[in-house]
Amino acid sequence: MRRPRTGLAAILPGLWLAIFFAFPFLLVARLSASDSALSIPPYAPRIDWSQGVAGVRAFLAALDGETYVRLTQDSLYLDAYLSSLRLAGLAAGVLLLIGYPIAYGIARCPPRLRQALVMAVILPFWTSFLIRIYAWVAILKPAGVLNAALGAVGLPTVDILNTEAAVLLGLVYAYLPFMVLPLYAVLDRQDESLIEAAQDLGCTPLQAFWRVTFPLSLRGAAAGALLCFIPMAGEFVIPDLMGGSETLMLGRVIWTEFFANRDWPAASAVAIVLLATLVVPILLFEREQAKVAR
Amino acid sequence: MSGRPNIGGIRETFAPWADPAAAPLVRFDGVSKAFGDTRAVNDVSLSIYEREFFALLGPSGCGKTTLMRLLAGFEQPDAGRVMLGGRDIAADPPHQRPVHMMFQSYALFPHLSVAQNIAFGLKRQGVAKAETAARVEEMLALVRLEGLGRRRPDQLSGGQRQRVALARALAPRPKILLLDEPMAALDKKLREETRFELMNLQQALGLTFMIVTHDQDEAMVVADRIAVMREGRIVQVGRPAEVYEAPADRYVAGFIGDVNLFEGRVATSEGGRVRLLSEDGPIEAEGAGPVGETAWVAVRPEKVAVHSEPQLGDNVLAGTILDYGYLGDWTTYLVEIAPGRTIRAARANATRTVARPLGCGDAVWLSFEPASAVVLTR
Repeated sequence: MRRPRTGLAAILPGLWLAIFFAFPFLLVARLSASDSALSIPPYAPRIDWSQGVAGVRAFLAALDGETYVRLTQDSLYLDAYLSSLRLAGLAAGVLLLIGYPIAYGIARCPPRLRQALVMAVILPFWTSFLIRIYAWVAILKPAGVLNAALGAVGLPTVDILNTEAAVLLGLVYAYLPFMVLPLYAVLDRQDESLIEAAQDLGCTPLQAFWRVTFPLSLRGAAAGALLCFIPMAGEFVIPDLMGGSETLMLGRVIWTEFFANRDWPAASAVAIVLLATLVVPILLFEREQAKVAR
Repeated sequence: MSGRPNIGGIRETFAPWADPAAAPLVRFDGVSKAFGDTRAVNDVSLSIYEREFFALLGPSGCGKTTLMRLLAGFEQPDAGRVMLGGRDIAADPPHQRPVHMMFQSYALFPHLSVAQNIAFGLKRQGVAKAETAARVEEMLALVRLEGLGRRRPDQLSGGQRQRVALARALAPRPKILLLDEPMAALDKKLREETRFELMNLQQALGLTFMIVTHDQDEAMVVADRIAVMREGRIVQVGRPAEVYEAPADRYVAGFIGDVNLFEGRVATSEGGRVRLLSEDGPIEAEGAGPVGETAWVAVRPEKVAVHSEPQLGDNVLAGTILDYGYLGDWTTYLVEIAPGRTIRAARANATRTVARPLGCGDAVWLSFEPASAVVLTR
């Protein structure tokens, strides 16, 4: 009696995934195997339905992996790819360093203050993401708020807008809640008597943290890091608005291919490769989770 | 102990508290601790001796856990001193105290194996690797968990987890082991077995145990002495039999076991005997009381005899059976001796069959010996 029910329950998420993930993914995959063409839309082949089955056959025969080969021939793609992973990895590392103390601090607060602080972490979402990034541009630009403040106290001004540092700053700023919340969830659930037990058995408070609190929070850290790393690797808005011309990130490459070069197959192929690499850490994480569950 | 009748019918040989020359291992000296407006521990003075199994007994919120946490170092006293081996340990943080605690939740480290959990305290003490391994094996054997050292805590049953927690706290050889409601999470049968295991362990290791519990049966069985707590204060400290048979006041009498209370004015008090004029008639009891003032006579249900014929003599009360409960080993009777006034009596079911069974509505006569009753002035 149980199985059919779980089967029914799976229909809705399955349907959702089919419509909003699997179908678009197939479209993009098919685009990536097509060739660029001077037409509207700008790719070929397309299925000639008037030919019936033969049309579909001809369409399938014309699909190839040529675009992917092209990706390996131009170092731009590989550079953008590595640069994206590097920046996202760096930002995830910085996020861990900043997010962990914040989450730990909130989890150690009295319950009422805790709720207020969690709200404060989520609060930036009330404002449009775009507006917040523009605000950073206004702060960082050469004659912006930051330099005005630095100048007022007699410090040398900095010019970091349109550099990788600015992108990093933007990424860390924008994704901080996604790091803090899973970490907080894990730290908050931790049984306080575990730390007392560690101290009772001879740990100083610092040792108790390293031997008990920290290892038990690694799952939250992994969840937070993944939750941030994956969208950051494909981020477009932040590198576009805050990064300079030398900041190569895949989000921008995809945008350029689609809208500037009108090379839809190349853009699709880049997107597919990005997706394929991001699936690897997800699978690793899932396997780790399954191990813990067992 | 000689010179006065033995209480409880058990000859005790271990009684360091009766020896004025004995130095206590732990001494609470006028200790108070408040949380906000709540005085969790209020001017408590208490001595615990080496090799003693000491129980702190009281309802939840009476301050017994706070008192234990003061000894473990998780709380700091507002006033008074906590001494261990004659030294004030107030300034020592928990990790420097040779006192280990078994937590009510067990607090086993979920990311470590059973063996790693047990070795945790030894590692902090800097015990060599080989010796640690040997001690872990020894502990596993002691709590009968041989071969389970590589399991994770979540792969164990509740009873096994409890024993790991015990082994972990015992492994670094504490001067005193604190047990915070150690059996609260176990089912009844396992709880009863564990009591005896704990006692054997304490005897075998020659250690000092302090247990916090709200379960009077548990305290009675395991402890050498019981401290009954109420609202942050110690009401009575004594051997289980003393606390049961000679309660200090009505609170202790009512908290430990069932009790019948007679309230009245003391008419006479001479020759170790008190005559109390209560609403239920004159009551005779052994003891002393302030003549002309209010006092109480307490008598336990099992000391009240139930007869189906009228009785002569002191302390006889006529009534009708209102209700009874058959418990197998005992039958308890609720007897109404006046409208709205009931007395509890209990009778051991010493025979399988009874010629004249009693039932609801039967007229009965209750009686008890003056020596079986206690005079209480508080």
